[in-house]
Amino acid sequence: MIDAILNYEFLQNAFISGIIIGIIAPLLGVFIVVRRMSLIADALSHVTLAGITGSLFLSQSVASLAVLNPMYLGMLAAVGGSVLIERLRSVYKHYEELAIPIIMSAGIGLSAIFISLASGFNTDVMGYLFGTVSAVSRQDLFVVIGIAIIVIVFLTCLYKELFVLSFDEEYAKASGLPAKGIHLLFIIVVALTIAASMRIVGILLVSSLITLPVASAMRIAKGFKATIIYSIIFGELAVIIGLVVAFYLNLAPGGTIVVTSILILVIVILVKKMNVRKENNQ
Amino acid sequence: MNTVYLQNVNRNDYELERREMMNRTLIELNNVSFQYESTPVLHNISMKVEEGDFLAILGPNGSGKSTLLKIILGLLKPTGDIKLFGESMNSFQHREWIGYVSQKSNAFNTAFPATVEEVVQSGLTKKVGIFKRLPKDTNKKVDDVLRAVGMEEFKKRTIGQLSGGQQQRVFIARALISEPKLLVLDEPTVGVDMKNVQSFYDMLGSLNKERNLTIILVTHDIETPANQIRHILFLNQKILFHGKKEQYYKMPKEQIYEWYGHSVRTN
Repeated sequence: MIDAILNYEFLQNAFISGIIIGIIAPLLGVFIVVRRMSLIADALSHVTLAGITGSLFLSQSVASLAVLNPMYLGMLAAVGGSVLIERLRSVYKHYEELAIPIIMSAGIGLSAIFISLASGFNTDVMGYLFGTVSAVSRQDLFVVIGIAIIVIVFLTCLYKELFVLSFDEEYAKASGLPAKGIHLLFIIVVALTIAASMRIVGILLVSSLITLPVASAMRIAKGFKATIIYSIIFGELAVIIGLVVAFYLNLAPGGTIVVTSILILVIVILVKKMNVRKENNQ
Repeated sequence: MNTVYLQNVNRNDYELERREMMNRTLIELNNVSFQYESTPVLHNISMKVEEGDFLAILGPNGSGKSTLLKIILGLLKPTGDIKLFGESMNSFQHREWIGYVSQKSNAFNTAFPATVEEVVQSGLTKKVGIFKRLPKDTNKKVDDVLRAVGMEEFKKRTIGQLSGGQQQRVFIARALISEPKLLVLDEPTVGVDMKNVQSFYDMLGSLNKERNLTIILVTHDIETPANQIRHILFLNQKILFHGKKEQYYKMPKEQIYEWYGHSVRTN
């Protein structure tokens, strides 16, 4: 396996991208989960799909766009979708969650139209839906690295503001923090991370890499920073084990990564239960 | 003996008056009105809060008490003129001078995975400023404020493990860490065990006396914090009473019943 990684560029790309995504997806995921925004990740991933299928369709029908990396239009769609979700949330003040199904169905609807308009890119679409080990290009890797830098700079600079906003929004506003601006930046960064993650885990499973490691971490961590650290450890474990299994068994990495995350979650829940029982017996 | 005692009382009163005269005005509202969509909530409110005061805001449900606090905190934009620390609300930049403790029940998600220490540190966010890291003496500050509210042993616990009263103490510590000059509390003892309420108010009283911290408290309970309060403001869309607590206690009960709309027992 190590030989293969050293010899094949595509494997290097997949593993390095995977390891980076294994850090940034759960890192943002902690803030997404505690703010009860898990479903936004799903909505944004479906909008990303609309961007990608749109790009694939365009590159098929307009010859000069054939070289366009679908990731770019995917990213653009995700960022556009994130801004639209925020807009809709303020339109439906008392039913803010309505924004999510509206954007999600718009994403799926557009994707379905683009897929049926074009023909012959079914394998590509499968790769984007469930992830791929073999189709991660150097260019994709550079995009992932760029987005990871943005995410890490963003979280380092605004960590304390995001913590206050997540914990107690009213207090954050009362202390004069620009809550709306920070929230908008946050959701744009989430959109970029989703677009970066889709090559490895696939659109349909991106939100699981954002939420499942956090779900496991929250069972055992005592404190917010500890939750972040555990989430990253579980995210990395899932990505590495998932990619290795996908490589050997020739499976879609999205599937193997998510199933590994679920196994980690089940193990964490069981171990926690056993410990609680032990403590009660003592 | 009695004469000496009276003289002392008079001198203390005089001292208090003199201090109040010297104190500066922290909050000044002139003809402030507010309405939610088309429902008027506050009508022509004019009031002042001086430094060092402990003001209780009373009034029936829906009288606009919380709305008034939100206006002072800058969360709602009313009509009229507001000055904070002598500066116009619009140009006031020192939000960290005002600490805020909201009702426990609607403030936060109890399953939030944060330690008491992390929650208290978050009170420094505005003071430290955006893009900046917490200063090195943060840990000591956290210890100091947790000690001030009697919660130093709970530093490493997660917030959800604490009782309602303990959580409110942590939120006071969060407000205190930025060294506010004014502490605003919106019914902080709702959902807190009765036995803890008195010690909670004793703690507020000592913060008011020892640190000269100005306190504004919205409450339904006027009995428990009676020893700590200095002034009372009775609100029902407009100000019906604003004065020293002793004057309030001298008011005929019928009058207070009437203000409450006969619906609340005043004792």
